[in-house]
Amino acid sequence: MARAVSLRRKSINTAAAWTVALLLFFPILWTLLTSFKPEAQAVASPPRFLDFDWTLKNYRDVEAQRAYFRYFWNSVIIALGSTGLGLAVGIPAAWSMAFVPGRRTRDLLMWMLSTKMMPAVGVLVPIYLIFRDLGLLDSRIGLIIVVMLMNLPIIIWMLYTYFKEIPGEILEAARMDGATLGKEILYVLTPMAMPGIASTLLLNIILAWNEAFWTINLTVAGAAPLTKFITGFSSPQGLFYAKLSAASTMAIAPILILGWFSQKQLVRGLTFGAVK
Amino acid sequence: MSTQSSRKAARLMLAPSVILLLVWMVVPLAVTIWFSFLRYNLLTPERSGFIGFTNYTNFVASPAFLLSIANTLILVVGVLLITVVLGILIALLIDQPLWGQGPVRILVISPFFIMPPVAALIWKNMFMNPTNGLFAEALKFAGLRPYDFLGKAPLASIILIVAWQWLPFATLILLTALQSMSSEQLEAAEMDGAPPLQRFRFIILPHLARAITVVILIQTIFLLGIFGEILVTTNGGPGNASTTLTYLIYKEALLGFNAGTAAAGGMVAVVLANIVAVFLMIAVGKNLDA
Amino acid sequence: MKTQPRAPLGALLGAVAAGALALPALAQEGPVTLTIATVNNGDMIRMQGLTDAFTDAHPDIALQWVTLEENTLRQNVTTDIATGDGQYDIMTIGTYEVPIWGARGWLAPLEFSDGYDVDDLLPPIRAGLTVDGNLYAAPFYGESSMVMYRTDLMEAAGLEMPEAPTWEFIGQAAAAMTDEDAGIYGICLRGKAGWGENMAFLTAMSNSFGARWFDMDWQPQFDSPEWAATLETYLGLMENYGPPGASSNGFNENLTLFQQGKCGMWIDATVAASFVTDPNNSVVADRVGFALAPDNGLGPRGNWLWAWSLAIPDSSNAKEAATTFIEWATSKDYLALVAGNEGWANVPPGTRTSLYENPDYAQVPFAAITLASINSADPIHPSVQEVPYTGVQFVAIPEFQSIGTSVGQEFSAALAGQKTAAEALAAAQALAVQEMTAAGYYD
Repeated sequence: MARAVSLRRKSINTAAAWTVALLLFFPILWTLLTSFKPEAQAVASPPRFLDFDWTLKNYRDVEAQRAYFRYFWNSVIIALGSTGLGLAVGIPAAWSMAFVPGRRTRDLLMWMLSTKMMPAVGVLVPIYLIFRDLGLLDSRIGLIIVVMLMNLPIIIWMLYTYFKEIPGEILEAARMDGATLGKEILYVLTPMAMPGIASTLLLNIILAWNEAFWTINLTVAGAAPLTKFITGFSSPQGLFYAKLSAASTMAIAPILILGWFSQKQLVRGLTFGAVK
Repeated sequence: MSTQSSRKAARLMLAPSVILLLVWMVVPLAVTIWFSFLRYNLLTPERSGFIGFTNYTNFVASPAFLLSIANTLILVVGVLLITVVLGILIALLIDQPLWGQGPVRILVISPFFIMPPVAALIWKNMFMNPTNGLFAEALKFAGLRPYDFLGKAPLASIILIVAWQWLPFATLILLTALQSMSSEQLEAAEMDGAPPLQRFRFIILPHLARAITVVILIQTIFLLGIFGEILVTTNGGPGNASTTLTYLIYKEALLGFNAGTAAAGGMVAVVLANIVAVFLMIAVGKNLDA
Repeated sequence: MKTQPRAPLGALLGAVAAGALALPALAQEGPVTLTIATVNNGDMIRMQGLTDAFTDAHPDIALQWVTLEENTLRQNVTTDIATGDGQYDIMTIGTYEVPIWGARGWLAPLEFSDGYDVDDLLPPIRAGLTVDGNLYAAPFYGESSMVMYRTDLMEAAGLEMPEAPTWEFIGQAAAAMTDEDAGIYGICLRGKAGWGENMAFLTAMSNSFGARWFDMDWQPQFDSPEWAATLETYLGLMENYGPPGASSNGFNENLTLFQQGKCGMWIDATVAASFVTDPNNSVVADRVGFALAPDNGLGPRGNWLWAWSLAIPDSSNAKEAATTFIEWATSKDYLALVAGNEGWANVPPGTRTSLYENPDYAQVPFAAITLASINSADPIHPSVQEVPYTGVQFVAIPEFQSIGTSVGQEFSAALAGQKTAAEALAAAQALAVQEMTAAGYYD
């Protein structure tokens, strides 16, 4: 099956692929490097790549200025909470659409996706007023609900297309063997669907982590996640690029590391859901 | 075959999410529609009142309206083109035998994890700045005058930034679609003497059709609402060159705390987004059910 | 019709909440936490570092800081105060918001003890923060704008900068100092679009050309010869003697340019003086001179007036503690505290006359001119013509943010070469009329 590939060809492929990868990754690398530079050297012209006075001052300044860990925990709670809630609601829904499809299933799917079409800016004031009246402003619960509702269509969609790949006969067989619905889902479906569920989980954690619009506008300080943390560092007066780089690195590092370690799961699940 | 009980169970299980989404959609929608018929400026509540369709006519008649729709479509189409085409190419490249496929994949998907405002700030300050940015330095090194990316080609620059963020997503989906393809078909075609281009067109591409469809659908939904990147880089300018529909709503409504206009603008955006979705489903929807 | 649009359930809940808040504030026993919304500039960050001095003296008050960049801050606090939310106890707002919100009763009037010496506040700034005789916000930072120039380049060009130059002289100086091959541009000015960015500069500049934003019937005046003169002078300066890509340059970009020695002159906020004379960041720190913003001999100069100040929303339920904090943060003692810890050059400028009478502070090279600039600005009468509004570089109406930004985009486009001055002015006029009509000013 595997033909012998010439060494030459492999080398060319490797060189080309690594070039592309490094080009795409370069902005992130540059940010990381800049976070260790003193401010004056961060904007120096010509730019210094590695030859500068490495310093941790920016990180210290950032930490001193803002309570990073409070924001970090809020991000974690909101991301995990909204995704967990979304899965709890979405898995049953996707199951029923995949295995007990009705006439309206496809329309239902499209309608769910269409709930994401209203631009958030248009609906900010009504939601803000509703949240205010319900006492949900600057609360983690409120944010979890909003972010969950934003991502629910994506969750259901992905799970649906993934569940469709699973042969219904296996579930039938389990039911014939006398398994109840609950057992069927828990013991038969879930193990088979693990890769898909895992990748849906991961993708939505990323989306929840990066959700900026609602988290900035519906919070004050108590429930504010890292997205709001970052706004404290962009465009003040005076030089700020190095500090911004440090703050950005601190804001994106957790999710980047998580993504790196789980990219295999992500890939497997994404594909199962999308392609045969 | 679904039995009576399983059908009932199915409806029960579907219920929570449908109800939630219904509430989430209907309540804000209802309030937004109500607001759209009012003149309601948060800062001048004493001037509120029912004004019928005036918000809509004001919004649609604003000089930047048509331009913003055009800009939105250009942005979406531009990013889709770049991400899908480059995504396929990069996916093909990474699929080849090479050393370090794992690390390469990791590097390629990194941009997707960056928060959009952070990504925009990075690009604006570190790269595109005509005085200090890296691009300017590169041009100066080559003896050319630095180019003011965000000033002279704002929409193109934003397309570049957004495409950079979404390219990993497209590449990933397409790559794994590629890798799930059986190689026998390809090898048979190769042994039959089919040239690479033909192999691509007739074997690889059809196999990727579903993946491409998913990429297009999901990305379009997100791209229609792109906002943070514009806010941080060009503020919709210069003039209205990089104002999209969402940004126009922000500028006319949020900046002036004009909830009535914002609501009207939001409704207009929903209508347009639905039109786009209908077109999309007609164009590529069949690939989903294959 | 004066309906308040709210869903009925929301109204009921809101009424209950309002009722609860109306209960007299509990006596300040036990710790009170003040939520303070503030902007991320150096002086505020410095204050956050010095709050131990406050909490030591007032152990029953805890402080929770929310630091945001300017636009997000404005968005958040405005939404909060307009919806009567009460999430913030102290807000950092500017001379733009105070007149609007004060007139609406959204801010609590400030009453300080005698030791505070409220008459010590610089008159133009105090005027900008007072409505109907009530002080609604206490300034902790004040600025105007002025000319910063390279003394060495002026000398080489054989020119001497007067203390109060005219726009004509500025043009001459810019021409003489420009040396494109050496990468030196005669003048750097803001070009980035925004009501607080390029429009702050251009509005202030227009005052010195005798222009105004609106006449007494609230009709926009962009079709006036004064505005045409303003825009054409600006574009002429920038196109001939300005750096490339100026249409995306705001304060920070120009600061960087000046610090790297690329600008002959820079007209911008007085606070910039402390940055450009800082040898750690500026290669030209020892070659900077200062002059008042230019004029055309009509009276108003081209400088603006701005103060970041601390205010208490009426919806807060910790007003007493908040007043205590604000009194501390804007007092003479606080200024002395900063001076003791970080030197006089880092004291927040532009708020009190006593600061400028202090011989220690007079040693700071730009102190005198900052004071002169602030005192020459008049927010109540910004133009030689009659105006229905207040504000030197802005118009204190809620619609200004949106109109100002849109007009700023037109002018920025002209600077980027996308349209002529005449086209930009015509477009600005059209959209201003449209927005004012939609806002109901002509009903």
